[in-house]
Amino acid sequence: MALLEITDLRKSFTAPDGGKHEVVRIARFALEAKAQLALSGPSGTGKTTFLHLIAGILAPDAGRLVLDGVEMSALPESARDRLRATSIGYIFQTFNLLQGFTVLENVLLGMSFGPGADRAHAEALLRRVGLGERLNHFPRQLSTGQQQRVAVARALANRPKLVLADEPTGNLDTANARASLALIREACTENGAALLLVSHDPAVLASFESHASLAELNAASRPNGGAL
Amino acid sequence: MTLWLLVRRSLRQHLLSTIVTALAIALAGGLLMSVWAVKRQAHDTFTGQTGGWDAVLGARGSKLQIVLNSIFHLEASPGNVPWADYLDLASNRAVSLAIPIAVGDNYRGYRLVGTLTNYFTQADYAPGKKFAVAPGGDIFADGYREAVVGSFAAQRLGLKVGDEFHPYHGLNFDPNAQHQETYKVVGILEPSNTPADRVIWIPLAGLQNMSGHDPNSANDVSAVLVKLRTPVAGKSLELLYNRQGNRFTFAWPIAEQVAYLFERFGWFDQVLTLVAWLVALVATGSVLASIYNSMSARKRDLAILRALGARRGTIFGAIVFEAAAIAALGMLIGFVIYFGVVSVVAAVIRAQTGVVLNPLAWDAVLVWAPAAMIALSALAGIVPAIKAYRTNVAEGLAPES
Repeated sequence: MALLEITDLRKSFTAPDGGKHEVVRIARFALEAKAQLALSGPSGTGKTTFLHLIAGILAPDAGRLVLDGVEMSALPESARDRLRATSIGYIFQTFNLLQGFTVLENVLLGMSFGPGADRAHAEALLRRVGLGERLNHFPRQLSTGQQQRVAVARALANRPKLVLADEPTGNLDTANARASLALIREACTENGAALLLVSHDPAVLASFESHASLAELNAASRPNGGAL
Repeated sequence: MTLWLLVRRSLRQHLLSTIVTALAIALAGGLLMSVWAVKRQAHDTFTGQTGGWDAVLGARGSKLQIVLNSIFHLEASPGNVPWADYLDLASNRAVSLAIPIAVGDNYRGYRLVGTLTNYFTQADYAPGKKFAVAPGGDIFADGYREAVVGSFAAQRLGLKVGDEFHPYHGLNFDPNAQHQETYKVVGILEPSNTPADRVIWIPLAGLQNMSGHDPNSANDVSAVLVKLRTPVAGKSLELLYNRQGNRFTFAWPIAEQVAYLFERFGWFDQVLTLVAWLVALVATGSVLASIYNSMSARKRDLAILRALGARRGTIFGAIVFEAAAIAALGMLIGFVIYFGVVSVVAAVIRAQTGVVLNPLAWDAVLVWAPAAMIALSALAGIVPAIKAYRTNVAEGLAPES
């Protein structure tokens, strides 16, 4: 059984004119445990909405979304929050680090809503991503590449089964992007987490053994309403 | 731990507004506690301030004026009591001790009170406590121009044993109304924390015969302080002087007269308390405004926390907790303000009346006022907490343009 199974997933938003604007319509999608998959996702293909649906940040209008045997789409918001806190790590394009918290606190918060804060584990993760000497620094005191590494450590802090990465290299230069991508993949492998990464960067996509096109998966993103 | 970390960091991130809001709470809370404690302590201290006496006999007039004049050494005497009437009262079987006092002069604003030496030797100013003269001094001798100075008056006037001074006529200081007589300080009283501390005591005859005083009143006294054999005896004396006679007023019981004064000014207490509560409400409103106004800036952080798995209830609780923490911080400073305000008020009251309030005295307001301020602030925090509760995570996480 796959770690993530999606069937007939749909999500619409209300347009300014009051009508419904469908953003996600995915018939089938699956991701195996510990697998690493890159999804090509240019603008307008609903990649962020898709990742938010998987993370439980958004509730689908219809369809089934099963994560590790739990039908997430049927859960109330608080239960989705709990599942996200315990089973999912999220790496954002803009890192979304909490500026008022130290590097260590950012990582501790990544686990405190789920399994509970484990300082030793948080410090080990930060040492793993090369920030062992920066535990008490604030994000603004770090370079962009270092901030990305904090985001990676935080995403793995709750020992997730699935890591979602939304354009994780979008804000990095080529050298940093390559290093960061390697770190994300290695860290996920070491921690036994599956990785679902969305990017529109061909170099990133090419580095993955498995990749798919979100534009092809998401019928709502196609001008003809789904016909391939 | 997580909640405390969130609150601690948020307070630090919004340090300026945290400090300003906490100071507003401190001022309001300090004021509220001060008003309450001063009100209660002043009432208890003044109504409990009988000087050890049960009643006062004075010329026909207001009981309150007689008590203020003879016990608190404030106000003027409504008139005189002839010496024969003093002797008559002193010999009454219901009276265990009666001591006359005479007023009418001052030294640089501090009242001179003439009395007999048994005021110091026989009377207790509080249960089991008699006036004591500081080492190196003594009580004046009847018939001599000697003075015993209350501790506060001595300190303020800089008088010490051996000093000499000329009294001034009247209860208010007039530099042109100096008497010719010279009095010598023979003793300084140990502090009694009563109005007696701000009085200069001289022999009764000295005050009665001071130059310029009416020779026809030379044997009169201003009032007679009375200690009864049994408390109920006051009723029969009250009947005798107040109902059957019309020359004198028998003020009994003393505490009741002062309580009546507080009752008359009860409306002032209520206004003061109302103002203090309004200030407290405005201060807690500032907690609401301060956190609410920062909500837009926090939108992203709240969305990130939610994306990390924080439940809506956790976010709600963190904001309410933050409001309560600001109030708690403010109330810590509020205690300092309370101590400062009560110390100043106590110094003023002591200077004006001799009655001593204790800024460090226990009062229940020191517990319930901080609790009320924290609870009110937490309540005020519910408004921004609802806004935080409703944070749209997806919207908050969207990259800033």
